[in-house]
Amino acid sequence: MLQAGGSLLVLALMLPVIGILLIMSLDARHTGKIALALMPAGLAVALAIAARVWTTQAGLEYFIGGWAPPLGVALRADGISAVMLVTTSVVIGAAGLFARAEFRQPDNQPEARAPLMFWLLLLGIWAGLNAVFLGGDLFNLYVALEMLTFAAVPLVCLSGKAETLAAALRYLLFALLGSALYLLGAVLLFGAYGTLDIALLAARIAAQANMASPVWPLALWVALALMTVGLLAKTALFPLHLWLPPAHSGAPAAASAVLSALVVKASFFLIVRLWFGMLPGLTPWLGAQLLAALGAAAILFGSVLALRQARLKLLVAYSTVAQIGYLFFVFPLAANPAASTASAALAWTGGWMQLVSHALAKAAMFMAAGLIAETLGHDRIAGLGGVARVVPITVIAFALAGASLMGLPPSGGFVAKLLLLSAAVSQGLWFWAVVMLLGGLLAGGYLFRVLSPALGPLPAGWTPAARIPRDRQAVALVLALGAVLLGFAPLKSYDLLQFGRPAIAGAVTR
Amino acid sequence: MTAEQLYGLCGAGLVGLGLFGLITAELPLRRIVAFNLLGGGAFVVFGVIARRGAAAGLGGDPVPQALIITGVVVGFAATALAVTLVRRLHEETGTTKFDQDELPPETVKLSDATLSGGNP
Amino acid sequence: MSAALILDACLVLLVLAVAVWTIAARETFPAIAGFVSYGLLLAIVWVRLSSVDVALTEAAIGGGATGVLLLGAAARLTDRAGRRPAGIGLRIMAGALCLAITAALAFVILTLPDPAPTLAPQAVAGLPATGVGNPITAVLVAYRGIDTLLEKIVLLLAVIGVWCLTPDDSWGALPAPWGTARQDDAIVLLARLLAPVGVVVGVYIVWVGADDPGGAFQGGTILAAMWLLVMMAGLIAPLPATSRRLRRVLVAGPALFLAVAFAGFAMSGDFLSYPPAYAKWLIKLIEAALTLSIAAMVGVLVIGPAVRKR
Repeated sequence: MLQAGGSLLVLALMLPVIGILLIMSLDARHTGKIALALMPAGLAVALAIAARVWTTQAGLEYFIGGWAPPLGVALRADGISAVMLVTTSVVIGAAGLFARAEFRQPDNQPEARAPLMFWLLLLGIWAGLNAVFLGGDLFNLYVALEMLTFAAVPLVCLSGKAETLAAALRYLLFALLGSALYLLGAVLLFGAYGTLDIALLAARIAAQANMASPVWPLALWVALALMTVGLLAKTALFPLHLWLPPAHSGAPAAASAVLSALVVKASFFLIVRLWFGMLPGLTPWLGAQLLAALGAAAILFGSVLALRQARLKLLVAYSTVAQIGYLFFVFPLAANPAASTASAALAWTGGWMQLVSHALAKAAMFMAAGLIAETLGHDRIAGLGGVARVVPITVIAFALAGASLMGLPPSGGFVAKLLLLSAAVSQGLWFWAVVMLLGGLLAGGYLFRVLSPALGPLPAGWTPAARIPRDRQAVALVLALGAVLLGFAPLKSYDLLQFGRPAIAGAVTR
Repeated sequence: MTAEQLYGLCGAGLVGLGLFGLITAELPLRRIVAFNLLGGGAFVVFGVIARRGAAAGLGGDPVPQALIITGVVVGFAATALAVTLVRRLHEETGTTKFDQDELPPETVKLSDATLSGGNP
Repeated sequence: MSAALILDACLVLLVLAVAVWTIAARETFPAIAGFVSYGLLLAIVWVRLSSVDVALTEAAIGGGATGVLLLGAAARLTDRAGRRPAGIGLRIMAGALCLAITAALAFVILTLPDPAPTLAPQAVAGLPATGVGNPITAVLVAYRGIDTLLEKIVLLLAVIGVWCLTPDDSWGALPAPWGTARQDDAIVLLARLLAPVGVVVGVYIVWVGADDPGGAFQGGTILAAMWLLVMMAGLIAPLPATSRRLRRVLVAGPALFLAVAFAGFAMSGDFLSYPPAYAKWLIKLIEAALTLSIAAMVGVLVIGPAVRKR
């Protein structure tokens, strides 16, 4: 019995794994070529999955080995999985192109450490991400999260500098705490419901809720709280964000792009899976408001700290802390029991638009920041004077990405924030709308701090520390343009995000 | 009280102790040890759940038992990575203490930062 | 209260006491010694919870390999905790939080549904299709084989991560303490006597693992221990991260597993499915290859990367 579309899901999961095994067993000369060859293939598979979800207007499902849950493990792809798979392969592919020259094995010389490690770890991140976006089983997702951690942490300290080692260690300890709490929650759910499959859990939890006296068993509460806190630590939501800025700013630019654009989103994706997928129609309202409050604090706190940074890469990293905050407005706005279905759907779309547009924009921004640092030989904001005259394409990419982060029309970030804003206003949750507007202003402030000197005159007698090839600048520009052009996507295409989505309006208020 | 409940409480206690160590320990190596205590506690809870599911002539539910084995292995790998990181950090800096300062250095005052563009 | 329950209560108190010591001890070395005994005590707990497979893993990994790693690190790090421990405010807050979590967990555990849900009957019912007799092996290699496959990738990434921590100028050099073999007669004798026995035991544990407690991981760890022992005795040299032979051994298990998994599409219709006629032999083949790779992975993770030449 070949389950329809199933081979695609397996292929998406296994392509990066095949790459890792090939690179490990073949000569180091082939490292970059193998990884780069797999990237278009991965994109094609992701697009094929998205096309299938689009045409069938439903999710894909595959039982591995033909063993159905609860005994076996299911892979599932719905609209949001498909969007995440495509976004992932685009950003990973861009990071690969960006890093191609930097992480080339030297010709006719003994194998070098950094290039080999970079490509292996990049593929490891890709495999972990795809496993998270396709996983239907809580324990399988635990393994996926660990793949992600084990690949992401060494990338942070790839350069081996002392400060990056400290950043990587702090990141690892946060991530391990997160996985342990997540695992504990999954264990309790298995004890209470006898399955780890998210869809089966949803059915069993719903059946319990529909009984004469719908009680929320304590096991479910405790498990949800433990898993959510664990995943928040990995997502770096305020106040669990301390590890992110040093880690994301210390990694090589291509790695920072992937870490900030994708890796922190994977754990966010799982929180959504739990709160909406496992608890359809039961999302706890108070908890949802609490998550949004943390998101609001992240926006304000992250933006103010971004304003205060003296170094460009740290500014960009703190901007990630802030932009992650917007994602958490999805919880109250898409699960508001008082909201209309249309308003909830608006918020849902807005949240995912924010995620995708931030992924493209932030990847572009980290690449641009890396190139600026390479040209200047430093990344002090005070010393950015006139850099736009040296690497104009890079600065344009930075500015376009910044426009999307600020939410300027017609960018993808604008559409995302507009959708979230209008959902908040129509639901009478105007305070979240105020925070979103404030966040946009603050983002304008910290981007102005970079662009204003960058567009100014060059200091006299300045010479570049390195020449930046056009193609690397072009990669950043294409990603930034992608973030902007997302705003022009036809409204109809947003439907993809809704396919396979559990009914979310009408939450139980407790 | 049954033996399962007794071991379940043991697991709960280990989780609390491990978590406490992970939050409060000063040296990273001690945090890694605490992480292992925490993991051990989570696995004991899982083992109790497995034991409660004894049926079909088996002493416990084999699914959680198998998952514990996978989990122990993953925990070992995490420990190896963390220990190696600590050792390298020690080799480079002579110390392993890393989070004394909560904010990265070199921030500028908000009043200087805003619209002046940060240019001197 | 039965005698067995009193025994269980004593074991639980002992485990908790050792755990408290591990957290509270001032010096690192005794704390880690406490952790090693914690691992061994947990192995007894697993036996009491009727999980001999887990007990073997815990003894090999939890107490054994993890203990060696931590003790090795503690011996090399010169760091001492400062005079001033973490702020009292933080300690009180953390203590309250941890107490609350323990209390919540305890309450959940005491109120778990009765009768407990179980997958044991389904796991047993599926055994004929896999050809193995140990249901845990069936879970690990068949029903939830994907977890095991991805777990091997996790281990491989951990190996890559550990290698990544090699200083650039030492890439390709031998891992540190093993490079200089100490010709200690006792350890050489031990290695010569124990290693062959250990290898046989390791292989045996994998071989019986299909039907009885044991399996690739437990056996692989024993093989890794023997590999470390003969290296420590200076009988064989360690392999550097650049060794192609070592890398091929590392990927052999996962690669074969993945190949058989893909062949499942053709042979029996699904990824990671086995045709019933060959299932048992395919699983034994996979376990054998995995054992070899696991031994190499555990060995590399314990040895660590090459360190900078002084």
